[in-house]
Amino acid sequence: MTFAVNAEGLRKRFRGTAALDGFDLAVPEGSVCGLLGPNGAGKTTAVRILATLLRPDGGRAQVAGLDVVRQAEQVRHRIGLIGQHTAVDEVLSGRENLVMFGRLHHLGRAAARRRAEELLARFGLEDAGGKPVKDYSGGMRRRLDLAAGMILSPAVLFLDEPTTGLDPRGRGEVWDAVRGLVATGCTVLLTTQYLEEADRLASKVVVVDAGRAVAEGTPDELKSALGDDRVDVVLRDADQVQAAAAVLDHVGAAPPEIDREAQRVSVPVRDRAGALAEIVRALEAAGLTAEDVTLRRPTLDEVFLHLTGTTREETAA
Amino acid sequence: MTPVPPSPASRLHWALADGATMTRRLLTHWARQPVRVAVGLLFPVMIVLMFGYVFGGGMAVPGGGDYREFLMPGMFAMTMLFGIEATFVAVAADVTRGVTDRFRSMPMARSAVVTGRCAADMVDAALSLAVLIVCGLAVGWRWHDGLGAAVLAVGLLLLLRFAFVWIGIYMGLTVRDPQAVMAVQILVWPVAFLSSALVWTDTMPAWLAAVAEWNPLSSTVAATRELFGNPGGGDSWIARHAVLMALVWPLALTAVFFPLAVRRYWRLDR
Repeated sequence: MTFAVNAEGLRKRFRGTAALDGFDLAVPEGSVCGLLGPNGAGKTTAVRILATLLRPDGGRAQVAGLDVVRQAEQVRHRIGLIGQHTAVDEVLSGRENLVMFGRLHHLGRAAARRRAEELLARFGLEDAGGKPVKDYSGGMRRRLDLAAGMILSPAVLFLDEPTTGLDPRGRGEVWDAVRGLVATGCTVLLTTQYLEEADRLASKVVVVDAGRAVAEGTPDELKSALGDDRVDVVLRDADQVQAAAAVLDHVGAAPPEIDREAQRVSVPVRDRAGALAEIVRALEAAGLTAEDVTLRRPTLDEVFLHLTGTTREETAA
Repeated sequence: MTPVPPSPASRLHWALADGATMTRRLLTHWARQPVRVAVGLLFPVMIVLMFGYVFGGGMAVPGGGDYREFLMPGMFAMTMLFGIEATFVAVAADVTRGVTDRFRSMPMARSAVVTGRCAADMVDAALSLAVLIVCGLAVGWRWHDGLGAAVLAVGLLLLLRFAFVWIGIYMGLTVRDPQAVMAVQILVWPVAFLSSALVWTDTMPAWLAAVAEWNPLSSTVAATRELFGNPGGGDSWIARHAVLMALVWPLALTAVFFPLAVRRYWRLDR
């Protein structure tokens, strides 16, 4: 298999703090890889190194078969970067932005104009092309941003938290645009804090924590590894919490967690709706009064606790 | 389609072409924001009116000349100084908003980001000077020693702005926070007041007068007063060599801050 992105043992320190601490990554050509991790995990640092914006202190990395340090200039011909903030010019119109970026990619005047029209059409911005970007919605801005990263049809596209700060509609627009890119054969490396986003877009997810890749796999593999949906039960009386925990222990896929202050017991379950019904019945049978019973997806916090916990156990074993 | 390493000639070509594209971007900004530009241009005009008419009556001018004749060269130079703020804000905003990162991730000439900035700011400086000169003529200021000397004076003012562009770029790349312009203002205003731009240094205590006269701004002010034939010459060594020093100071500042700014830009990857 050929890898569009290949990083081995990347290290980077900022003022004595390790941002990346032996980071490995291999992204097959034509796939979408999601780097999933909390703020400060090192996702952005990794992307900045791969996009030639930062020099690593150690390790090496290749993008499109080219070394990101020694062949940085050639790498820049093969990549597109969409950073955390929309890096388009607010004052210029969408069309002017794309023409400018085209010119800076050394397209001729006519070619830059043609490319701008193509990209506006592809990202559904034909009608807004003449308007200044400051009048765009968040989703439109991000789509323009994507278009600007696609001027030369890059082999590898880096997206750093592409939907942070967007409303659900804008998020959907960006997801559709990214899926469209992948259909053209582009390799995409995206970072995200949202499990759902990685789930929707990525064929492979790499979980990053404290500057290292702590787990990787398809979204399905990771989810089954990190467990299941959860049922939260909030009790009316504080003194029923212990009894409820005992009931949930029977139904749940793992021992329940108790939050005494919130009078809440929460437990992972496999069979979503079935487990929910069973819990309600069992609570009733035990004569316990629930204020609220909810079924929910695991939070990112729980995913990380689970994953970092697993890694620690494996290292210990 | 791995590109062949470019020759020095094509590198230079792209450095210029990309620089021109960047300059065009910044000039388009101004064309789209006429109100902001107008406010920017009117600010020095307001100061001229304030100092010329509000404080002007109480100002001593050597040889009893007209204060507004004395003031205008100071205002020209001060406007060049205030340009640091605009350069700083624009550079810092591009860095914080990720625009600079995008440019750096592209196969464009890396120098274009700074050369484009510099070229656009110089155009802005020339425009500001033109507005101020018209304003000066309206309040009774004149050049007395011919057009050649006046053009030379304008050249010295632009040279000063050129030096300040690099200070602004260096600070913008270092601080990377457009909000910090407040701090820049705190640095810029004392430099403006501790000079011969607004008042005759003979009215200051001797030690302060020496500081003010050795302020780079003062050299350009004194040189332009001399070239325009406006009142305000001094007797100290630096005042008598004003035109020379109006060349030396900006060149020295550029010699320090140009390499610092370029180095800072290259070091964004550290």
